[in-house]
Amino acid sequence: MNNSVGNTARLLGAGLRALLVLTVICGVLYPLAVTGVAQALFNNKANGSEIKDGGKVVGSELIGQRYDLPLKKGQETPEPDLKWFQPRPSNGLGTNSVNTQYKLLLSGATNLAGDSGSLQKDGKEVCDPKAEEGLCAQVRAARDAVIKDNRTADYKVRPSDIPAEAVTSSGSGLDPHISPEYADLQAHRVADRNGLDFEQVEKLVDDHTDGRILGFMGEPRVNVLKLNIALKHLVAEKG
Amino acid sequence: MSPVLAGVLQLLALVAALALAYRPLGDYMAGVYSSDKHLRVEKWIYKGIGANPNTEMRWPAYLRGVLAFSAMSVLFLYLLQRLQGSLPGSLGFKAIDPDQAFNTATSFVANTNWQSYSGEQAMGHVVQTGGLAVQNFVSAAVGIAVAVALVRGFARSRTGELGNFWSDLVRGVVRILIPISVIGAIVLVACGAIQNFSGIHGVGQFMGGSQEWNGGAVASQEAIKELGTNGGGYFNANSAHPFENPNPISNLFEIFLILVIPFALTRTFGKMVGSVKQGYAILATMATIWIGFTALMMWTEFHHGGPAFDLAGGAMEGKETRFGIGGSSLFATSTTLTSTGAVNSFHSSYTGFGGGITMLGMQLGEIAPGGTGSGLYGMLIMAIIAVFIAGLMVGRTPEYLGKKIGTREIKLAACYILVTPALVLGFTGASMALSTPKDSMLNSGAHGFSEILYAFTSGANNNGSAFAGLTADTQWFNTTIGLAMLLGRFLPMVFVLALAGSLAEQKPIPATAGTLRTEKPLFTGLLVGTIMIITGLTYFPALALGPLAEGLAS
Repeated sequence: MNNSVGNTARLLGAGLRALLVLTVICGVLYPLAVTGVAQALFNNKANGSEIKDGGKVVGSELIGQRYDLPLKKGQETPEPDLKWFQPRPSNGLGTNSVNTQYKLLLSGATNLAGDSGSLQKDGKEVCDPKAEEGLCAQVRAARDAVIKDNRTADYKVRPSDIPAEAVTSSGSGLDPHISPEYADLQAHRVADRNGLDFEQVEKLVDDHTDGRILGFMGEPRVNVLKLNIALKHLVAEKG
Repeated sequence: MSPVLAGVLQLLALVAALALAYRPLGDYMAGVYSSDKHLRVEKWIYKGIGANPNTEMRWPAYLRGVLAFSAMSVLFLYLLQRLQGSLPGSLGFKAIDPDQAFNTATSFVANTNWQSYSGEQAMGHVVQTGGLAVQNFVSAAVGIAVAVALVRGFARSRTGELGNFWSDLVRGVVRILIPISVIGAIVLVACGAIQNFSGIHGVGQFMGGSQEWNGGAVASQEAIKELGTNGGGYFNANSAHPFENPNPISNLFEIFLILVIPFALTRTFGKMVGSVKQGYAILATMATIWIGFTALMMWTEFHHGGPAFDLAGGAMEGKETRFGIGGSSLFATSTTLTSTGAVNSFHSSYTGFGGGITMLGMQLGEIAPGGTGSGLYGMLIMAIIAVFIAGLMVGRTPEYLGKKIGTREIKLAACYILVTPALVLGFTGASMALSTPKDSMLNSGAHGFSEILYAFTSGANNNGSAFAGLTADTQWFNTTIGLAMLLGRFLPMVFVLALAGSLAEQKPIPATAGTLRTEKPLFTGLLVGTIMIITGLTYFPALALGPLAEGLAS
């Protein structure tokens, strides 16, 4: 009996020593070595791909932001500043566990199901027009906002022109991109609000559209922060 | 180019990259586990452990090594989290509660990486980098070690000896996981993943004001998180977070890292049993299922059935613009057919069928290609079952790789395949029967049931991904999922090692004209069929209540 207790203790001791030695290698030396190389070779990227404008850091190329008007008194949810290109919706985030809404660098998705907020009609599951919660309600609210916000004197948004990512929220809640279709759709409004020609803004979007890498990797996309910085410069030149 | 075509091309590019790595990596790993030379650094490590790496172990001794090492790992990780409040480098985060610390400790030691916490809100540098990331290495190395022990069981005869656990563990870390991770981490930083030790700090914003950032050794953890099929993200959003997975190249690269060792291990297996063709048959089985599942996933996600997706015009909820449907579907099937569980998009917001595919992938037992090591041994158990079924059909004593599959072997294999379903269905049933666990559901109806079924499927199969709407940080789920992960990892290992021991003791039987040719496509077909039938019979009723009900309604 004593012998087996002793053996077990010896074995557990070996286990602990193995863990400690491997912790030094995998948990100390490895991350330090990688950090050293990363900081030396890719300093900007290793620290978050920050973008500067006019000598000031204005965010990261990789992390989405909100472009809102300042909160008015008594207002809880800010309104978008329609002078700027808007990112993907984030209002649904934060009704769930971790609130992001692009404010804090906390990440997370809504995790809502495709049939949340739906009802049975003629044997088929469809969105309940009266639903106030769930993904159906969120998509509907986002779509109505896109239609309302982007209407100008000579442009009306057709619902079929709205791409899916413009009315859904992303996985990280920090998506820095929108699709070129959504940027084009917003270009009418942005031109209108900034007193620019539509063609000028459309060209700006084209210049800031990244295609698929090597023609097939990923999806075409526009970085909203970079686009807005360029827009800011364009407006400044004009003014 | 249409998104569908781009998605298919990304799949093909991945297949090509994996094919290129297959032979060199598989042969290299076979060399690592067959060589009798020790590197100098390994000798230092053995001195530190106080173990003789040349002692051959029989299966009980090998198993004791696995269990002793893992038990100390759970204890160490638990204490590290409980003491976080008083450790330096903790970014001011407090100690983790006992139930969550237990859950997280078992989760990382069991190669599951189920997370009921949000990384950026709970864990400091010391716990993440010094505790969790270490388990990403060693739990993967333990998995490979057990797989290699089983392969030795097939390869060796008239001995009960399966190798030395300490040597297999250390070699896996030092010669395989560390070198690939270093390269992988640097590639990820070059794509834009962060790698620093800065604390929480403000970063200026376009509209003024600032955003609060939390730095960390992200790229180094990301590389081993994928390579070791672990999946525990530095941030809550896991590989959807732009700092973990910045662009489409890093996305494909991470999927490559997930798959490369599990696939290449079939070559290692072929080499070690002396017939690479046997390895190809196993590889073909894995690849058929993986490609089939990925094609189905792309189909259902591009088709976007579901009321809210119809309204939106696409299933982009919970997916990132830069990956799109194609890059997300590819990641989702790869992460659930291995034991990874990292996500670049949120499975809960997939279509009903898409969510079902991720669940079914795990329920297959994560063998196509499966976790590092665990995929190979899981698939070899299935091969034994397939050989047994074929033997019953023709009335011959089944044999595989020159070893008789007798009563003892088939009992052990049967026990292996019963463990996880018993855990998944038992705990899911209990959660549904009790009154409070259901309060954790975010969605209602069939999808709510799916959230719980997914949680236990993910835990018991050591995947770690989630239908993340479920509020899993409750005492019930922390404890039950913790147990499911622990038993789902280590009980099967007991059966695998016992099986390896009994195979190694046998004397080989020469192949005759009546021997089932297990290196032929016919056997691959039989194996795929066996896997599908066993999983289908086990899980169909549960799947019908969840994802199938949801998918068929829309």
